[in-house]
Amino acid sequence: MRSGESVRVAAGAIAANRLRAGLTALGVVIGVMSVVLLISVGTGARSEITGQLEALGSNLVFAVPGGFEGGPTEGGGPSRSPFTADAIDDLANDLAGQAEVTGTLTSGEQARGPAGQTGVSAFGTTGSYDAVTDTDVTRGAFFSDADADTGRRVAVLGPSAAEELFGERDPLGQQVTLAGVGFEVVGLVEEAGTTFGVDADLQVLVPLRAAQELFGIQRVDTVLVRAPSPDALPGVVDEVEASLAQSIDEDRFSVLTQDDILGVVGDVLGTLTFVLAAIAGISLLVAGIGVSNIMLVSVSERTREIGLRKALGARTRDITSQFLIEALLLCGLGGLVGLGLGIGLAEVAEAVSPLPAEVTWWAIALAFGTSLGVGIVFGVLPARRAGRLDPAVALRHE
Amino acid sequence: MSTDELSVPAALAPGAEAAAGDGAGAERNGEPVVDAREVTRHYLLGRDTVVEALRGVSLTVPPGAFVSIVGPSGSGKSTLLNLLGALDRPTSGSLRFSGRDVADLSDAELAALRNTDIGFVFQQFHLLARTSARDNVALPLVYRGAGRRERQRRATEALDLVGLSHRRDHSPAELSGGEQQRVAIARALVSEPHLLLADEPTGNLDSQTGTEIMELLQDLNARAGVALVVITHDPEVAALAPVQLPIRDGVLDQDRASASALAPAPPASGPADAEPSEGSPPR
Ligand SMILES: Nc1ncnc2c1ncn2[C@@H]1O[C@H](COP(=O)(O)OP(=O)(O)OP(=O)(O)O)[C@@H](O)[C@H]1O
Ligand SMILES: [Mg+2]
Repeated sequence: MRSGESVRVAAGAIAANRLRAGLTALGVVIGVMSVVLLISVGTGARSEITGQLEALGSNLVFAVPGGFEGGPTEGGGPSRSPFTADAIDDLANDLAGQAEVTGTLTSGEQARGPAGQTGVSAFGTTGSYDAVTDTDVTRGAFFSDADADTGRRVAVLGPSAAEELFGERDPLGQQVTLAGVGFEVVGLVEEAGTTFGVDADLQVLVPLRAAQELFGIQRVDTVLVRAPSPDALPGVVDEVEASLAQSIDEDRFSVLTQDDILGVVGDVLGTLTFVLAAIAGISLLVAGIGVSNIMLVSVSERTREIGLRKALGARTRDITSQFLIEALLLCGLGGLVGLGLGIGLAEVAEAVSPLPAEVTWWAIALAFGTSLGVGIVFGVLPARRAGRLDPAVALRHE
Repeated sequence: MSTDELSVPAALAPGAEAAAGDGAGAERNGEPVVDAREVTRHYLLGRDTVVEALRGVSLTVPPGAFVSIVGPSGSGKSTLLNLLGALDRPTSGSLRFSGRDVADLSDAELAALRNTDIGFVFQQFHLLARTSARDNVALPLVYRGAGRRERQRRATEALDLVGLSHRRDHSPAELSGGEQQRVAIARALVSEPHLLLADEPTGNLDSQTGTEIMELLQDLNARAGVALVVITHDPEVAALAPVQLPIRDGVLDQDRASASALAPAPPASGPADAEPSEGSPPR
């Protein structure tokens, strides 16, 4: 029997039971759709986060609280950060002439300006923040370390914060009120974009010690150091470790390069994506059981037809392959529809929701390949049962 | 299936060399199309109940013969027909098709034998629904790998033989019972078999239509030289055959099943050198 003929017969059998075939394939449709959608969202999230990190520049060294290898929160999260403003000053002195040093602490605060009031990300940082993070100041100037040390109440605004608080007005030289205290706006920074729907431009940057005093916290969340070149990175990492270790227990912080963070973030998100896809894959497995079930029903309904075909010269493998192709076709068609829906939904998610989604070829291949695999695995049992039917017995079947 | 089977001549003229499973056209020269010797068929019911559906049947069908097998319900007619049609294997005894013993043939070889040498006509027609008459007729050709063109051409020729080529695009539901059985006969003929087996071919038809179907089968037997075995419990139908074999409780009337009684009425494929001793020995 030619395989083109087998496909035609299988398509005819599916067409003859359209509703039943459709309901059976629905499981495959949903499974493939979820696999594509979840992998796309996972991949999108990963590239958005890595993109953000990469935008910071590859010469960055981070010092973060806790032991990084065992997970970011082991040994205490940001709230138990061991870093202090003094430690950052010491580090800056130790690395003077070698690398730029800054530190940040973040707090969600209410800010008020002449045009209105809004919640902002309030950053406490040092005067070298713009140099370390490679942030352009579009108007005015970033505040200096001198400003920071003397506790002057000055602020630099992100574009969204400026618009929310000042509207059409020019913010430079104006007052912005943060947690009830007035700050003079001295500069505006460039646009940073949106991450997961959070507007990174809704930020207000103020001197570190002023922020600590204002928010009543002693900690500094993160220490950032920019090495002059990639070649200098390993040396800078060692220097940072040695310097911080003078005042802080070595177990309470980790020093990482951007590559370290990218690697770990990539691994974590990759694993998360895989787990989500595997859960969606379970629905494909369930769909496969449905396919197996309906194929067994089909074999039993068509027992006499199988007997007839065998009487007319069909061999066991002609019958087996006919039913296997039918199961494959059922899953393949379901898979195609699932792909269409999955890709469509991913596009919609990308367009209208804060979730980033990135449809990749390997996700499509994996999902569709799995649906065909399900067809083969779950089609084999019914197909073999059909092929093994005794023609004399099958023809007598009522 | 080998491709040389595709070049089987379409003509159904008497004496035409028909498709043979393993080469040698010499098979038809006198070799019986089917030769059963002391064949039994036992069915196992449950763990230890044995139904002896056939209890030692010997029967020889020479090329071109017309035999009817008649007996009451449950006498083993269908069981015998399944064996004669290579749909089943005997429990004991020897069963040969054109000299080849089924014991030596694999299931796939039996399928090929059914495909090329044997045509079936069933009481319930067994046509595929939602499938045109022509595609139904062409079905056996699908299993020898014939291309669509050739299948359609040969199916149309076979429908011509049963006088239904004008109905080739109709589905079974659009045909009368008699027409459906004609389509089934065309399907049995399309592979130019040596042997046509009909199990109660008139059982689902009124007597007028039944007579027409029997006339068609007899005509094909006489003109195309295909051996015809008709199973029936209707004595009138059985009487049409020159050789009638009563069957009862799984045994044939042995006197009448002897070789001499089974000589073809007209020697259609001319087995001039047929050995008279060939066939089941009388006991
Ligand atoms: N697959 C089977 N399993 C068990 N017993 C069977 C099987 N096929 C046939 N038999 C038994 O074998 C005996 C002969 O059956 P068979 O079908 O050959 O009779 P038949 O002469 O064709 O009858 P009918 O005229 O009713 O068709 C019956 O007793 C039947 O019950
Ligand atoms: Mg019967």
